[in-house]
Amino acid sequence: MSASPNHPIGKSVPRKEGRKKVTGQALYVDDISFAEMIYGVTVRSSVPRGRITNISFAGDTPWDEFTIVTAKDIRDIGGENYVALILNDQPYLADEVVNHAEEAIVLLAHPNKYLLEEARRNVRIEYEELPAILTLEDSVDKKEIIWGEDNVFKTFLVDKGNVDEAWTNADLIVEGEYFTGAQEQLYIENNGVIAIANEHDGVTVWGSMQCPYYVHKALIKLFALPEDKVRVIQTETGGGFGGKEEYPSIIAGHAALLSLKCGKPVKIIYDRAEDMVATTKRHPSRTRHKTAVTKDGKLVAMDIEFVIDGGAYCTLSPVVLSRGTIHAAGPYFSPNVRIRSSAVATNIPPHGAFRGFGAPQGIFALERHLDKVAKAVGLTPDEFRRRNFIQQGETTATSQIIREKVDMAGLLDRAFELTGYHEKRQRFAKENEQSRVKKGIGFATFMHGAGFTGSGEVYLASVVGAEATSEGRVKILAASTEIGQGTNTIFAQIASEALGVDSDLIEVAQPDTANVPNSGPTVASRTCMVVGKLVESAVLALKQTLVGSGLLREDYSQSEFQEACRTHIEKFGPLKTFSTYQAPPNIHWNDEKYQGDAYGAYAWAVYVAEVSVDSLTYEAQVEDFVALQEVGRVINPVLATGQIEGGVAQGIGFTLFENVVWQNGRMANNQMTNYIMPTPADIPPIRVYFEENPYAYGPGGAKGIGELPMDGPAPAILNAIENATGVSFDHVPLMPEAIMENLTNVLHGITL
Amino acid sequence: MTIELPCVVNRESIVLNVHPMARLLDVLREQLHLTGTKEGCGEGECGACSVFINGKIVNSCLVPVAQVEGAEIKTIEGIATDNQLHAVQQAFIDCGGAQCGICTPGMVLAAVDLLERNPNPTDAEIRTGLAGNLCRCTGYIKIFESVVRACQER
Amino acid sequence: MRAYIPSYQLVTPPSLGEALDVLAADGGVWRPFAGGTDLMVLLEAGKLPHKNYLNIWNLKELRGIEVTAQHVTLGALTTYTEVQQEKVLQEEFPMLCQAASETGGLAIQNRGTLGGNIVNASPAADSPPALLTYDAELELISLGGARWVAYHGFHTGYKQMIIRPDELLTRIRLPRSADKLQHYYRKVGTRKAQAISKVCFAGTAQVRDGKIEDLRIALGSIAPVPLRCVKTEDALRGSELNQPAIAQARAVLANEIVPIDDIRSTSNYRHQVSLNLLEDFLRQLSA
Repeated sequence: MSASPNHPIGKSVPRKEGRKKVTGQALYVDDISFAEMIYGVTVRSSVPRGRITNISFAGDTPWDEFTIVTAKDIRDIGGENYVALILNDQPYLADEVVNHAEEAIVLLAHPNKYLLEEARRNVRIEYEELPAILTLEDSVDKKEIIWGEDNVFKTFLVDKGNVDEAWTNADLIVEGEYFTGAQEQLYIENNGVIAIANEHDGVTVWGSMQCPYYVHKALIKLFALPEDKVRVIQTETGGGFGGKEEYPSIIAGHAALLSLKCGKPVKIIYDRAEDMVATTKRHPSRTRHKTAVTKDGKLVAMDIEFVIDGGAYCTLSPVVLSRGTIHAAGPYFSPNVRIRSSAVATNIPPHGAFRGFGAPQGIFALERHLDKVAKAVGLTPDEFRRRNFIQQGETTATSQIIREKVDMAGLLDRAFELTGYHEKRQRFAKENEQSRVKKGIGFATFMHGAGFTGSGEVYLASVVGAEATSEGRVKILAASTEIGQGTNTIFAQIASEALGVDSDLIEVAQPDTANVPNSGPTVASRTCMVVGKLVESAVLALKQTLVGSGLLREDYSQSEFQEACRTHIEKFGPLKTFSTYQAPPNIHWNDEKYQGDAYGAYAWAVYVAEVSVDSLTYEAQVEDFVALQEVGRVINPVLATGQIEGGVAQGIGFTLFENVVWQNGRMANNQMTNYIMPTPADIPPIRVYFEENPYAYGPGGAKGIGELPMDGPAPAILNAIENATGVSFDHVPLMPEAIMENLTNVLHGITL
Repeated sequence: MTIELPCVVNRESIVLNVHPMARLLDVLREQLHLTGTKEGCGEGECGACSVFINGKIVNSCLVPVAQVEGAEIKTIEGIATDNQLHAVQQAFIDCGGAQCGICTPGMVLAAVDLLERNPNPTDAEIRTGLAGNLCRCTGYIKIFESVVRACQER
Repeated sequence: MRAYIPSYQLVTPPSLGEALDVLAADGGVWRPFAGGTDLMVLLEAGKLPHKNYLNIWNLKELRGIEVTAQHVTLGALTTYTEVQQEKVLQEEFPMLCQAASETGGLAIQNRGTLGGNIVNASPAADSPPALLTYDAELELISLGGARWVAYHGFHTGYKQMIIRPDELLTRIRLPRSADKLQHYYRKVGTRKAQAISKVCFAGTAQVRDGKIEDLRIALGSIAPVPLRCVKTEDALRGSELNQPAIAQARAVLANEIVPIDDIRSTSNYRHQVSLNLLEDFLRQLSA
């Protein structure tokens, strides 16, 4: 099933590494071994905040056989004991104090895995406990100052028009408060790394990760090494979803510290319990809305306060906060918007990147709130939104003028047609009176910006290379990782389209910092739109070189192209071209005022959920789901549809199943048995539709899609549950226990 | 304390030297280097470690190796024959049933098992048949489509 | 894998007799190990304190399903898959088949055994409520001989049972009934597959002329042991099927159960859902 050689974009070219994956030949980090390799484990804190008073090595463990690393070893090698990222406040190994449960304190290595576990249990750490902050509310209220001067990692202010003056012009003011919980990424492959480190060669790590150059940057500081002495190689990665964005820097550092000390390769693989309890999750959030509208349903002012719980260290919280802040006002036009946001510290393990990166939290709040506002104004949820959808030429909350064509109302029409929304609304209202099972239908309308926020892409200045081989193939050199989302395949399609050669002729190099340039992290729906565009320009530069050297005509066949590559290499040596990111024209961003073109392009979407709520068990179930989105151009329909379906399923989990139970700042249900994600039996039909409106600065017209499907499910489902039950819920995850607490009075006696 | 334990793995008779309580999963991966069988949860929840024992699908993380004495074991490495993919494997490639690939070996085995018991499953039967295998990437839809495609191709 | 594997023993006796010898010789030192679907989870987590196990998986005496005019008798090693496939169970003991089909995924059902489920003694297990309502009996064998005990009363407290360390659970016997019973089984676990029950309800009844002649009700996950709701049964036995009787039954059950809060659910939820399911059961009888 090979694609047409000339135009693979828009075709479902099969996944490049598909065969390796279906036969079990794909090698993930735990499938790799080296001679002499031994194993490492992490000993972690048992208290949420405290001073370490003593560490002892007890039991009948033969301690002299073990490699033991503590913070002191980092001092001894002259390294920096922090994970280099944004604020550099998180230590690799806690030194004197711990700021959250499950914080790494001691590392152990030994050839015998089983003995290692015995040893881990025999390390005794004593603490003088300090008062801890375990909730976002307590942090905001400053019940204890646990970080900096005010528990605040970062704040943003978006200010458009004049909100304070707008209240007087409003006919109606509607307020609301909304909450979202932590969510575990739950990639099926746990975190893992193998490291080889010695004084002569420096540090090399292989691991499951999204961002090899993040790990690279962190290891340079930890080991005080020059760039070329640190090498990071991504192995096949069994899912990331943001959970392998920043965390692998830690585990890589740990494995490398052990390896440096013992002189052998060291492998650290977390088991599920450790991965769930110790690594990052989605930031819990609280959003307060105060919205002014006219009596005919036009938005006058939106005042939004958005707070996220960052956990004990800053990690990526400022960036998550940024995206959440910018998306918090949605695809609507309001003349006055104020968004005040903050990321605050608590003594729980740091929260981190997770698909959507702050946007799902803010969008959940907004899309729940707008149903509430619509009700207050006396309009249907759809009519209220229609009166406020942003139009081409209007401005977003950050005063970005939308220059691309946008038609939210058209998307809404089509989504309603696909779902029979209006008919169902009426029918369910009638049927619910008689039925024990209450049905409802609801929707969410939203947008998602692709790529880094504001000037982020300019600062990143990503580079992609293209290298011709003497067999006449083209190898793409990029640090963007394949984590299941299809990087290898779409890069090959983009290059193939640009060169007019078969996509089988394109190879995508394994991300290895020794061989590929820094094309930036694999995050933020940027791989296709931003890095893909660089792939396109890098291969076009390669072609231009061949044409410029006179070896290739402008109009060539595939074999002529291959021949030209061969000849060029013979004559002039290796042929590599590189392309560096350049911002599209008319992109202006003011980082001080948080004003301007936040993103080069947005994807636009309408998601519709149909639910049933069983009044016997208070269980809500999604019965049907339609996801309609405009994403520029779809590069590969099967892969793109798969991204949306997977994101919707993860969104359903976020909404109805996945509840992190916190006990004293620690995840108590850190097992797949007790933190329940949807199984094949729980997923409704997910019907995915695309509208295409090619984006001038994306490869082949593509924008980003990866995070989009995480945004819509939660509000659409809760809006549907309100339609089914008449009760408005303001938080996710919405478990049956919470539905019961609110529904027993309403439902009981009517149906039973 | 190890024991000698004869069994058949992917049609080859072998004798293992193992601790009887060792997990079949670890023996397959570490002694036999059959790393296509994955560990996702270690508690029989995710199905990534699925293998066949005497034709029945099981979670190899929950099987102490002593219990496979004399048994016939088949892993993902034994599904394709002579480089020819099984219809289920080909369908997973064609329909986008594999994304990150870590659940894929287990999911392929669950689908093979389902089709051997029920060559024309309904949508509900596909969901039940795969209910012991978790996937975080696909939302399962493309996996269901892969199973349907494999039925058509067989 | 968090356990120190070398500290464990798993020995395979060639016959039932030798298995009983081992169990008797060092009373309590050796414990039976069946399909492993519970024990291996604890082992992996480093939370399996007992070290010495007897691998009974291959004991033929503990396998097979026997049907007589009075009983259906299942070997303790009957797997959930085998339970679901047995025609007489599908027809006469459908709740047991349903419980088996809702326990884990297929890979678990191929390994998990009915006997293992009973002696693992989890209050959240799915088959015990069905077994309780079907008046199951258990055969316990030791060198001293065999004895049959009622399953109702077998669990005496959280993870406590009347089985002695030298005894092995070998068979489970279900009395067949000449009367046409109605069955109602519902497992509530938020997700549709692989759930651990928050509440598991099993009920059987015999109704004639709008009157409940006899009934059995059992609940899982709401007490330290799978609970037969005897008081509620007594209140309903002989009663008319009408709204006052249903309301009274709810009140009795409300007093009979004291569910707990844990990481999976709340006491309130378990309480309320138990009552709702009881009411639904009774309404379906009257329908």
